[in-house]
Amino acid sequence: MSLIMRATRRQMLHGLGASGLALAAGLRPRPARAGELVVGFIYVGPKDDYGYNQAHAEAAAILKTMPGVKILEEEKVPETDDVEKTMESMIELDGASLLFPTSFGYFDPYMLRMAKKYKDVQFRHCGGLWSKDKHPMNAGSYFGYIGMGQYLNGIVAGHTTKTKKLGFIAAKPIPQVLINVNSFALGARSVDPSITTQVIFTGDWSMPVKEAEATNGLADQGIDVVTCHVDGPKVVVETAEHRGMYTCGYHANQAKLAPKGYLTGAEWNWITVYKMFVEDVQSGRPVPNFVRGGLAEGFVKMSPYGPAVSETARSHADAVKAEIMKGGYSVFKGPLKDNKGNQVIAAGAAYPETAIQIESMNYLVDGVAGSLS
Amino acid sequence: MTGGALTTVAIAMLGGSLRVSTPFLFVSLGECLTEKSGRINLGNEGALVLGAMVAYATSYQTASPWAGVLAGALAGALLGALHGTVCSLARVNDVAMGIAIMLAGSGLAFFFGKPYVQPSAPHLPTLPLGFWSDLPQVRSALDVSPLFFAGVLAAIALHWLFRTTRIGLRIRIVGDSEDAARALGLPIDRIRLVATAVGSGLAGVGGAFLSLVYPGSWNEGLSSGQGLMAVALVVFARWNPLVCIAAALLFGAAGALGPSLQTVGVTQGYYLFYAAPYVVTLAILVLTVAPGRSLRGMPGELSLGK
Repeated sequence: MSLIMRATRRQMLHGLGASGLALAAGLRPRPARAGELVVGFIYVGPKDDYGYNQAHAEAAAILKTMPGVKILEEEKVPETDDVEKTMESMIELDGASLLFPTSFGYFDPYMLRMAKKYKDVQFRHCGGLWSKDKHPMNAGSYFGYIGMGQYLNGIVAGHTTKTKKLGFIAAKPIPQVLINVNSFALGARSVDPSITTQVIFTGDWSMPVKEAEATNGLADQGIDVVTCHVDGPKVVVETAEHRGMYTCGYHANQAKLAPKGYLTGAEWNWITVYKMFVEDVQSGRPVPNFVRGGLAEGFVKMSPYGPAVSETARSHADAVKAEIMKGGYSVFKGPLKDNKGNQVIAAGAAYPETAIQIESMNYLVDGVAGSLS
Repeated sequence: MTGGALTTVAIAMLGGSLRVSTPFLFVSLGECLTEKSGRINLGNEGALVLGAMVAYATSYQTASPWAGVLAGALAGALLGALHGTVCSLARVNDVAMGIAIMLAGSGLAFFFGKPYVQPSAPHLPTLPLGFWSDLPQVRSALDVSPLFFAGVLAAIALHWLFRTTRIGLRIRIVGDSEDAARALGLPIDRIRLVATAVGSGLAGVGGAFLSLVYPGSWNEGLSSGQGLMAVALVVFARWNPLVCIAAALLFGAAGALGPSLQTVGVTQGYYLFYAAPYVVTLAILVLTVAPGRSLRGMPGELSLGK
């Protein structure tokens, strides 16, 4: 806290005129050595949660081995004013010039406010929708098309299920989650159109007791393959293994938690993105503002297949993955109905992962049991 | 809803109440004991979280989940002893101190628990009481942790303690009237200190259940306020340990309603179902509270009533 107060006192001195500025410059502690790039990572939860935060922290750990790079990390920073204080202290006290606030809620207004204040610092946010007209040029966003990974998960799950019933435990019905749910369901239905996917919303990103209850509830219904989109899939994966279900992972590799039932998983591979940003800054190239990529670009990867995955499932999933790697593969194509019977994509239309239309998805496709509210 | 779906929801709620209720039960029993001695301990939320972390860490390090339960209880008791000691000083408000203890307990747990988020610790074994059934749902619902029965036994023991033993009588005197206790020459501060420490120890066992049985994992969102809800359960149970069992089971069942309704296809309005435990509390409080009756059973020295 006292460090933060020093930062504000310094700002006051800035306002006091030339002598104040000189003094402020003298006060400024910049431990960064010349030529060293200080990169700050901010996580909303613990960085070893087998989930979203771990995926980022694993990439940060690889960055540490790059020459001339110093990594700062702070965990459990709430999506409030706190994240501004964290960014400010990383910039003022540690001399960070490239910041990655990784949680969705950091973007607006906190990161945008900081980007306006510190024009010579580069801010890149995970998941936000940066746009040239509205946002500062030293800000930006990056994200990966992980829905394709969930589509492959669905294919493997579709081959593995015996009851033809799959489960998906999701936090909130926002587009990024719905893309995953729908992709998983469509992947499974591409194997056998009679497969249904039951979705359960827990209401928030980390609700361990509800996640465990939901997994047990799905098991009681005879559902035998489950996947999820919550911050830390550990509880879901462990509970499913305990109930003798199969699981498809998400965010990071959870194979260790379910040695018998882990099929495969959709994982982030953030090192591709971070390395690119760091190299751009180091070599003085302009840093891109809006970065998206999928399996082909190496932003997303699949966990190695578990022992329960059949040969047919492997070859089917591998074949589709090879198609996806070529680019332009469309999971969402018409005619497609939602689970209320309305047509959501007209016949003939096809949206590849890059299509802007799927970033505002607000329906569950036919074959998914569940509703958005 | 069809008959089959109804059965599924009923089984899920039965299973849910057995699985989810135990932490509520332990924390509310601990709080009941502490409040009977005339003190409030909101810090039991902290004891729950700290107990969960210490139990998980101990189970991981020693490979013995029972050692974990013991360590969780001990950690809770230490935190309770701190609360008890500070509250026995002059002019210390126990509600404010309780909030400080809650934050301290959670903070300590988060700080020292960092390296244990990832590893998988051995879980406590469960008793397969559903062996007679062919239905996997029933078998899984009746996979009950011995800690649940320990909690029920603890409730009966506490009830017996308060009603028929000399120690119980002393705790009640200290809680009901300091003047009377002083006249009898009872060591007020010492009795309260022990009641607070043992109460938080029970909360620590509740924490051990969270991390070693269900959901059976340590992370920072584990409790999500269950310790605080359990404190409210004590008021709801009118400071009666036996009613605490029923209250905890009801909360467990209400908590299982949301996910289980979604699995049988009642998917509309899940946010509403998730509010069920709170709605149930409100409804029962409204139904049972009548003028003059509302605080029956409340210890006279409790700062709630002053």
